[in-house]
Amino acid sequence: MPLLDISDLCVRIPTPEGEVHAVRAVSLRIERGEIHGVIGESGCGKTMTGMATLGLAPKGARIEAARFHFDGADLREQAKALRGKRIGMIAQDPAAALNPVLSIARQMDDVIRAHRTLPREARRREAADLLAATGLPDPGRVLKSYPHQLSGGMQQRVVIAQALATGADFLIADEPTTALDVSVGAQVLALLRKLVAERGLTVLMITHDMDVIAEACDRATVLYAGRSVETGPVEAVLQKPGHPYTRALLAALPDAAPHGARLAAIEGSIPPPRTRIAGCAFAPRCPKAMPVCAAEPPPERARDRHTWLCHLPEDAA
Amino acid sequence: MKKLVHRLGWPGTIALAVVLLFVFVGLFAPWIAPYPAQGAGAPNVLAKLAPPSADYWLGTDHLGRDILSRIIYGTRVSLTNGVLIVAFSLLIGLPVGLAAGYFGGWIDEALMRGTDVFLAFPALLLAVLMAAALGPGFLNSIIAVAVTWWPWYARLARAEVLVLRGQPYVEAARLAGVSHPRIIARHILPATGRPLTVQAALDVGPALLTAAALSFLGLGVLPPTADWGQMVDAGRKFFPARWWYSAMPGLTIFIVALAFSVLGDALRERKGGTVRAPA
Amino acid sequence: MELLRYILRRTVLSAFVVVGVTFLVFIVAQVVPSDPAALYAGPRPTAEQIEKARQELNLDAPLPARFATFAAAMASGDFGVSYKSRRLIAEDLKAYLPATLELAVFSTGLALLIGIPLGVLAAARQGRWPDRLGSFGSIAAVAMPTFFLAMILQLVFAQWLGILPLSGRLSREIAIGAPLPVVTNFTLVDALLAGRLDAFGNAVTHLVLPALTLASYPAGVAMRLTRSAMIEILERRHVVAARTLGLSEPRILFGHALPNAMGPALTVIGLSFAYALTGAVLVEIIFAWPGLGRYVSEAILAKDFPVIAAVTMVVTICYVVMNLLIDIAQALVDPRVALS
Repeated sequence: MPLLDISDLCVRIPTPEGEVHAVRAVSLRIERGEIHGVIGESGCGKTMTGMATLGLAPKGARIEAARFHFDGADLREQAKALRGKRIGMIAQDPAAALNPVLSIARQMDDVIRAHRTLPREARRREAADLLAATGLPDPGRVLKSYPHQLSGGMQQRVVIAQALATGADFLIADEPTTALDVSVGAQVLALLRKLVAERGLTVLMITHDMDVIAEACDRATVLYAGRSVETGPVEAVLQKPGHPYTRALLAALPDAAPHGARLAAIEGSIPPPRTRIAGCAFAPRCPKAMPVCAAEPPPERARDRHTWLCHLPEDAA
Repeated sequence: MKKLVHRLGWPGTIALAVVLLFVFVGLFAPWIAPYPAQGAGAPNVLAKLAPPSADYWLGTDHLGRDILSRIIYGTRVSLTNGVLIVAFSLLIGLPVGLAAGYFGGWIDEALMRGTDVFLAFPALLLAVLMAAALGPGFLNSIIAVAVTWWPWYARLARAEVLVLRGQPYVEAARLAGVSHPRIIARHILPATGRPLTVQAALDVGPALLTAAALSFLGLGVLPPTADWGQMVDAGRKFFPARWWYSAMPGLTIFIVALAFSVLGDALRERKGGTVRAPA
Repeated sequence: MELLRYILRRTVLSAFVVVGVTFLVFIVAQVVPSDPAALYAGPRPTAEQIEKARQELNLDAPLPARFATFAAAMASGDFGVSYKSRRLIAEDLKAYLPATLELAVFSTGLALLIGIPLGVLAAARQGRWPDRLGSFGSIAAVAMPTFFLAMILQLVFAQWLGILPLSGRLSREIAIGAPLPVVTNFTLVDALLAGRLDAFGNAVTHLVLPALTLASYPAGVAMRLTRSAMIEILERRHVVAARTLGLSEPRILFGHALPNAMGPALTVIGLSFAYALTGAVLVEIIFAWPGLGRYVSEAILAKDFPVIAAVTMVVTICYVVMNLLIDIAQALVDPRVALS
């Protein structure tokens, strides 16, 4: 049984201008111990899927799903109870995720205290151990610091240590490397892989960067316009992408294009979240679209554990 | 009516109605007061300190005068107080602010450091000092408060002018050789005057509170003219046994000031403004 | 460096303001009143006595010379002699200033203690009844005449409920029966220095009502400022992050969000202190509090201008210094202040 089991998740958010369809039909199956990448352009619903899983969808949001379960518990009812206990989050911008006016010691201590009853000294040792586990040298000094005294990479390690301190076994990492330098980002990804291996964590990695998927993930799901359009093991998705959108994403990578060739950006833009979509949401931008694509929802196609939604037959892909 | 409620919300509309009611009561005091003679100050020694009853709805004071009538007559003094304080303050503050904002440079610096000095005082204390120096009395107490009040308007006016001065049409007028007084009268004053007048109208409430504090201290109008603050003070000797003597005028001050405050809040919800400390 | 320059600039400006204040007080207290000499000479003075008074008060000297004398006297802490009691005003101030400061500090503390938690609550329950009630309360606090609120509190807590003393600084049994040794003239401090817990408790109960009166308005402002600051802070990412870490709601509100809202608290301290110094005139009369306010109100009735001038000077300087300290504190907390 998968740890996180989402099927046809739909999140609608009321706004003064009418309801916004932030997530239309997302299905995610994440097994224990894997790092599962969720990739898509901004506005595709990847962050909202994460927020809904954490029970942090905006006020008044309507959440519907065929299945929306974490380890057997229904997230529609239990998300709040699980958040901060079994499900943790690593935010995009560590500088914004840490409280600027409190010392790291205080922020670590608050988390440890919220989850375990320990004497003061033990909590401090625990905080230092967790910081050390994230590869921070000299945890004692870090504890005495304030967030602005640390580099971005150190801040992100503190954020990860905080998530570990909750004892959560499932982490939602929302673009954890976007705010960091490339080399620092790579170190953070390596750290996450190491923690997954050592502590048996499971990670949902939200990203818009195929490199992150390639570098850190075991499996990946591609979102487009609030729908999951392709999912499978990373090697399969990267090397034999089924969905034209996934192929377009891969083609847009700088090193995928031959030297000197124009960068293959994807023409057009995603449909606005208020429109109704009858057929395949990608059809207007798809180079291989057929008349049927705009009219009917695409069928699911599969190759081993690799599945995608497309009207094109497999061999034509 | 519907439009008004929409603009001000229910609390704001009710507050506006209360303010208008008091203006009406003040204007027509002699016809509204049940005992106009007592309201104007005539003693009525047969009914000293009578509790509220059918004859005297809010009780009587130590000279037997009907408190309701005194409050109704006091409305005139209090509202005039509030209006005149604000008017005098505008009269001083607006030109100072205009000059500072329009001419800038050392004129601005000098005038603004001047307002700094006035604003450095706790307002009521400077008013008390002024009122004591001038002696008690209706006009003196108004001047005393206005002296502490005008720098606010000078600052507000200056801020408005600074925005206007950069406008293309003002710049154009200056380049065309239009004289300073003419530019100020034509372009600056009308645009500055409006927001300032709105602010000033809302300040009548706090101004009235400060005036009430002065007359509570014996620095306001002289008896037998009725005044709310002075009534509260006079009733203090009989408080709390004859609670109505102080409580009724005190409550009246509160209601009027609250109405102004709620009204101001309702208007501010729509656009920014400042909150002034009361006395 | 920016910070240092800012502090220096603010200090110099404050010094100029103090000079201006001195000048204004001089004008109002010595030039505006029609005949100070007659007041100084005492009741029903003869022409001779008035002439002598004119000379003693240096009234015939030219204005600039008189101002120079006045300013020099103020600077050296020589506030002259009261017309009425003929006592040295500086001596009186030594006894009365601490009483007023004690009240101001206590009421400021009370204002923060009431206003800030209410503001946090209103922000957390935005739009619901605690928020609406609090908003109305803070508007009402602005509109309530200080002197009237004082009387209502006396009526309810002293007269009806009888749980707090009506007025004064200490009960008669302590003030006369077993007086405290006067060291600082701050009753709370003196009681602690003498190790007299009974007197300390007694002094606190006497402080509550006047301090509550003075705290109502700043508490309302504190509530409003805290509320709007908290509403903004509660949407920041680190608060969302704290939620994902399983921190309890009170812990997030008070432990994580509130420390980011220290700007409003500093503003309120300044405002509350100023309000207490001003309101002291009204409140001290009603509560028979032996401070500057009562001192000056008695001086007003007697047209005792040197006393009025001295109190105005001292209180205004306290006010200017307080504002300076708060501006500096704001700049230390938020360095952007110094740059604007």
